[in-house]
Amino acid sequence: MKMNKFKEKAIHSLFFFNGLLVVLILLGIFALLVFTALPGFKEIKVTEFLFKSHWNPTSYVKSSYGIVSMLVSTLMVTFGALLIAIPLSIGTAAYLTDLAGPRVREIAKPIIEILAGIPSVVIGFLGILLVGPFIARFFGLHNGLNAVNGSILLAIMALPTIISLSEDALKSVPKSYTQASLALGATKWQTLVKIKIPAACSGILAACMLGMGRAIGETMTVLMATGCAPAMPKSFLGSVRTMTSTIAIELGEVPYNTTHYYALFGVGLVLFVITFIVNMISDIILHRHERKTR
Amino acid sequence: MKKYLQVLTGIGLGLVLTTGLYAQEMLQIKGSDTLINLVQRLSEVYMEENPGKFIAITGGGSGTGIAGLINGKCDIANASRLMKSKEIKQANSRKITPKRIVIAMDGLSVIVNDRNPVSKLTKDELGRIFRGEVTNWKEIGGNDMSITLYGRQSNSGTFVFFKEAILKADYSQKMNRMNGNAQIVEAVKQDVSGIGYVGVGYVKKVTGLTVVKVASASGKKYISPLDAEDVKSGKYPITRPLNQYLNGIPKGAVSHFIAFELSEKGQRIVEEEGFFPIPSEYRDFNNKNLGM
Repeated sequence: MKMNKFKEKAIHSLFFFNGLLVVLILLGIFALLVFTALPGFKEIKVTEFLFKSHWNPTSYVKSSYGIVSMLVSTLMVTFGALLIAIPLSIGTAAYLTDLAGPRVREIAKPIIEILAGIPSVVIGFLGILLVGPFIARFFGLHNGLNAVNGSILLAIMALPTIISLSEDALKSVPKSYTQASLALGATKWQTLVKIKIPAACSGILAACMLGMGRAIGETMTVLMATGCAPAMPKSFLGSVRTMTSTIAIELGEVPYNTTHYYALFGVGLVLFVITFIVNMISDIILHRHERKTR
Repeated sequence: MKKYLQVLTGIGLGLVLTTGLYAQEMLQIKGSDTLINLVQRLSEVYMEENPGKFIAITGGGSGTGIAGLINGKCDIANASRLMKSKEIKQANSRKITPKRIVIAMDGLSVIVNDRNPVSKLTKDELGRIFRGEVTNWKEIGGNDMSITLYGRQSNSGTFVFFKEAILKADYSQKMNRMNGNAQIVEAVKQDVSGIGYVGVGYVKKVTGLTVVKVASASGKKYISPLDAEDVKSGKYPITRPLNQYLNGIPKGAVSHFIAFELSEKGQRIVEEEGFFPIPSEYRDFNNKNLGM
């Protein structure tokens, strides 16, 4: 009896420390980013960093540290990706829950999950060899290294996340809702659009936000497929250079503890804050929706 | 359960022991993407001839290799550019004395798509193109078509070398920053409006490209980097030595491998890989740095 109680306590504290560890790691990463980024702002003006578009720390003439063009690039490929991925994913999820027979579902689900396991370098290759030339021909451009290419590839990478989670959300809509709707004479389509999707809205939204998190942080694919020209992007058919690719390109060769080094951590900090805000917002929406439906 | 654990620890121990053993003999080489294929080939032949010697080679760009040497992460740094005085100072402050060896000559090649009629340019024109001052091919004798620039990323020695030898200013902000020589070749092959620069070893066996002839100034002779004599003699305007940096005068395994690279056989491999063997002035330079 005593032994059991001891065991119970031990396991209790084990899980408590697990939870605490995650929080500590998160705080640690945040602190590291802040303390490594801060010394850089002795030499860089915060206003230059946040509001100027010119980034060229290894310039021949004068170093400049403005992140606006990469911030815009990141937002462009991310929203482009969501624009493609969300309709596709919700459609697929609806098909899988409503229409597909058990055989199809059994085959389709694992295939979608395999898609999540494809390494990002491989997807990057796909962008260079397949998607790029296709975009070039389709839009009549000279090359396909642009934001559209990045968006399509990131959409492919975000698909599995959004599909799986939306499907779970649609599945968890109580059967009685569907039955009631059908019994009232609504068609399957009306039931899906008017009843099921609104009821699963919070789950689907959370799925999209997680997909967005995946797209914002992705590095290798955009590094390979978007051309990485540092100029301010003018359209979706021009080259873009995201925050992640800038860090990946430059961190490998930057001398430690220089302004350039601190500035790269500053970029990382901005990226962290963005993903943090995205997650916060999705969390707030989720909770509000839960309270309403209860 | 217990058995599994035993097997697992066995495997773990085995891994630790073997990596420990290899680590003693393993030569670490790091750096330039222009040099990586050549040094890879050299080391393969070397390891075949000398069983029991192991060499590990990774890329990442000259900047990465030099940083590796400074941080004591590699024995040899491949570099397609020279070390900056700032980098040498950093190395010295960590008790590392970089010694430079030249292992091959490269005619840095400017490439355009073979459907582009432009086939020769002056150094000055190249500078204007890559600084972004000339943006249409018709301004330099081509068709009416905007120019798409393909260059390397800032960790590349080729990026730095071309900037310092040709541009003497910053690259155009519109230049696409590609991830290695092979990607530039691939991009220019597909893009009729493209122009890029790569090590000569990357253009010899490729179709679909024109290797541009370059003149040092207008009125001077246009020379192709594919001409071995002109690159060796330095007549080609963008000739550069390809270097390896070592920590101090090499001993043991490092010096053995360097001797192989500089031998007749090593230099034959250099030619097979599309680069050019070192001229006598650099031989003397090498001997001095090797303490011979």
